[in-house]
Amino acid sequence: MNPDAIRESVRRVLHAIAPEADLDSLGPGTDFRAELDLDSMDFLRFITGLHAELGVEVPEADYRKLGTLDGCVSYLAAHAPAASPR
Amino acid sequence: MLEFRMPSLGADMDAGTLVEWRIAPGQTVTRGQVVAVVETEKGAVDVESWQAGVVAQLLVAVGTRVPVGTVLATLEGVAPAASVAPPAATPAPPHPAPPPPAPPAPAVSAGARPLASPAARRRAREQNVELASVHGSGPHGEITVADVEREATPSTPAPPATGEALPSPPPAPATSDRGAAMRQAIAASMTRSKREIPHYYLGASIDMGPSLSWLREQNLSRPVTARLLPIALQLKAVALALRETPELNGFWIDGAFRPGVGTHVGVAISLRRGGLVAPAIHDVDTLSLGDVMQALSEVTARARESRLRSSELSDPTITVTALGERGVETVFGVIHPPQVAMVGFGTTLDRPWAIDGLLGVRPVVMASLSADHRVSDGHRGARFLAALGELLQHPETL
Repeated sequence: MNPDAIRESVRRVLHAIAPEADLDSLGPGTDFRAELDLDSMDFLRFITGLHAELGVEVPEADYRKLGTLDGCVSYLAAHAPAASPR
Repeated sequence: MLEFRMPSLGADMDAGTLVEWRIAPGQTVTRGQVVAVVETEKGAVDVESWQAGVVAQLLVAVGTRVPVGTVLATLEGVAPAASVAPPAATPAPPHPAPPPPAPPAPAVSAGARPLASPAARRRAREQNVELASVHGSGPHGEITVADVEREATPSTPAPPATGEALPSPPPAPATSDRGAAMRQAIAASMTRSKREIPHYYLGASIDMGPSLSWLREQNLSRPVTARLLPIALQLKAVALALRETPELNGFWIDGAFRPGVGTHVGVAISLRRGGLVAPAIHDVDTLSLGDVMQALSEVTARARESRLRSSELSDPTITVTALGERGVETVFGVIHPPQVAMVGFGTTLDRPWAIDGLLGVRPVVMASLSADHRVSDGHRGARFLAALGELLQHPETL
């Protein structure tokens, strides 16, 4: 799955959780948990949302790799199922 | 004839604005069905009916602000089994009738609700824009604030959004700033709390080690949709500990303590645009951890989207607030009247901890209790915290 499509999915899921946030001003390497003030419930909803969009089951131990947009894209590109549900 | 009234959604609410009917005359309503949307200081609330019946008449027009207790609609009761009015005999259509033609709006069935963000809904109300007539430009056709503003700019005065063929409503008072209204409601409730409730405060450090390692194990084998957070264990442990000290679970009403029927734990949820709501998760002591987590996840999502249900706002028997994610060590809670206790959890932090004469490092949380001296004393409060701490040492029993 191509990185642009993954980035779009990540942004869509983030937008659903923090609809008031301006994602365009979010740097690709910025820790968005802190930047968008996401608590652990928000972050779990983010992980669940990624699972629904991309079919990737992120184990708890890998959560810290998904704290930035770039981190999400590289992790999800490596773990996305070959035939993506979308 | 049954009456459906403006519900009280908490001790601090005295009126609400009807913003949407989800039912039409002739429609059958089941118990628990969402029949209307009411705007309060806590946001838009989906109001459920506690009676089953057939809608006879809608008495209050959309946009009207009415006091708690006002009759909003009447229902014909449904006689069980051999009813005199079987559905086939009534002329009522099986589906809600389309609303009378609202001027420029495309036909939308009474039950349908255009996709729109809470902010867009608010703006639409402020600008008197009928949402159904707005073209949504969002990814799934959602209506955004910009769409509403585009619709509002043509200077032809938009007709008031009445929606139903009812006497035209008096203009709703300016509810433009929900943030300010919510702040006022919080202020009123907390002022009453500090004026009337003789609080006492207790705190106890609890070793979260056993709970957290059990949770890690659990989450390894749980699919992402069923994973647990520590707060689920804390809520369940609070509910179970209340069995030992029922005088912390309930209400102070008219000079007397009324024990809660069930343990409905209100969870303080901060809203992303500021403010706070504490909707209830019902019967937490009887739910599995998975169910507590599921309920918490749903109620959080709905609170943040301003889509809470009336039953969640009206009846928490105690409130839990967890400020753990912001580095706070201890919460000194202010009780939400008419409740008689609040439990707080701070951040779980690695701390030096003596076990059997040896110093180790353990994840430790400060649990606090604010309770009403009219109902209980520190001795009983201490017992509650001790029970809570003990339960969290045995997560497998939760």
